[in-house]
Amino acid sequence: MGDDKVLHVTDGDFEAKVINSDKPVLVDFWAAWCGPCRAIAPVIEELAAEYDGKAVIAKMNVDENPVTPGKFGIRAIPTLILFKDGNVVEQITGAVGKGMIAAALDKAIG
Amino acid sequence: MKEVLLSIIGAGPAGLAAGLYGGRAGLKPLLIEKLSPGGQVLVTDWVENYPGFPDGLSGYDLIEKFASHARLFGMEELSGEIEEIQPVDGGFELSLSGGEPVFSRKVIVATGAGPNKLGVPGEEELTGKGVSYCATCDGPFFRDQTVAVVGGGDSAVQEAVFLTKFASKVYLIHRRDSLRAIKILQDKAFSNPKIEMVWNTVVESIKGKDGVESVELFNRSEGRRWELKVDGVFIFVGIRPNTGFLKGLVDLDENGFIVTDDWMRTSRPGIYAAGDCRSKPLRQIVTAAAEGATAAYAVEHDLAMQE
Repeated sequence: MGDDKVLHVTDGDFEAKVINSDKPVLVDFWAAWCGPCRAIAPVIEELAAEYDGKAVIAKMNVDENPVTPGKFGIRAIPTLILFKDGNVVEQITGAVGKGMIAAALDKAIG
Repeated sequence: MKEVLLSIIGAGPAGLAAGLYGGRAGLKPLLIEKLSPGGQVLVTDWVENYPGFPDGLSGYDLIEKFASHARLFGMEELSGEIEEIQPVDGGFELSLSGGEPVFSRKVIVATGAGPNKLGVPGEEELTGKGVSYCATCDGPFFRDQTVAVVGGGDSAVQEAVFLTKFASKVYLIHRRDSLRAIKILQDKAFSNPKIEMVWNTVVESIKGKDGVESVELFNRSEGRRWELKVDGVFIFVGIRPNTGFLKGLVDLDENGFIVTDDWMRTSRPGIYAAGDCRSKPLRQIVTAAAEGATAAYAVEHDLAMQE
C-alpha cells in the first residue's frame, strides 16, 4: 500500500491545509531517523485510506519543517496531533495502535 | 473464522525468528502485530552486539532483515491487536480489536516489553514535552541543551553516550554508587567529557510548565535534596512485559514475565513464549531470536506428537 492518500504538509502550507481545513486533520510529526515513526507509518497509511473524505490524514517531516513542531512544543516523535477547526483536540505521543488513533478521529468527526 | 496451526503474537526479533523457523517447518505461521515489525529494537540507535555484524547496524535495518528473511518461507502477516486468548476445543480463539477472530492450534507469545516509568510527579504530564523513553527518537530535539538520563543499566548508559551527540551536557543519575551496565559501556561513559555522574541519587519529581525545566533530586547517602535545571529527562529504568492480556491464562512471575520450560512452553499446553516477555536472565536480540526458534521447534514437535 502506498501513502497516496496521506497529505504531506510543510511549514509553508500548514496554516492553509491544517488550521483552515473544514475537516478534522490528523498530523503525524515524524523523521527518517526515528524507528517508531517508521513502525507507525503503515497505520497512518491505512487510516488515510479508511477516513478518506471524512478526515484529512497528514504527515510533517520535522527535520525539513522546524517551525511548526516548535510552535506546538513537540519534543518527541512520533507525535500525532488531531486538529479540528484549527484547534488541538488530541495529542498522542509515541507509536500507538490503530484503535487508539481511530477512536480519537471518530470522536472528532462526531 | 480463519484457522491456522500456529499464531505468533508480536513482530520483534523473537516473533520474526519464530516465523522463520515455523515457516521452514511448513507450519504456515500467522504473525500478528499491531504496528509494523520492530518492537523495542526500533528505539535502539545502533546494534553492535548481534553476532555476524561486526560493524554494527541500525535497529531498523536489522529488523528489516529479520522480517524479509522470515517472509521468504511462507509466514503470513496480519495487522491487529490481540484482546483476548480463549482456550477452545483443540486450540485457541484469538480475538482482535477491529478484526475477525482467529482460531489457532498453537500460539507463541512474543509481545515483548515496554519501558518502566519512574512513577514520579510531572512524569506523565511532561511525557513528549521533555520526558522521553527513546533517545534515538527524541535526542535531536535537545541540541546544545542539558538533559538528565535516569538509570544505571546498559540502556541508560548507552543512551547517555548517544545523547552527547546532541546535548551539551548529560547528567547520568543513578540511585546506586556504581553502574550495572557492562564494562565497555561504562568506559565509554566515564571517558566522555559531556557526561557527569550523579551517584546515589533518585529523581523525586519533574518540573516544568510547557516543557521540562528541572528535576528535583535526592541524594540518599547524604540526605541532600536539590533542584537541577535540565531541558529533558530520558528514563531507562528497566522494562515491564506486555503480558496483561495473559493474566489467569498462563503462569507469570512476580513482575509479570511469562514462566516457561526449556522448550518455551508456558503452564498452558499449546501456548509458548519467547523474547523479552519471558522470565529469564538476559534480554538481548540474540536471546530473543534463539527463543523464537526454540518455540517454533517445540510447536512443530508437539503437533507431531499429537498426530
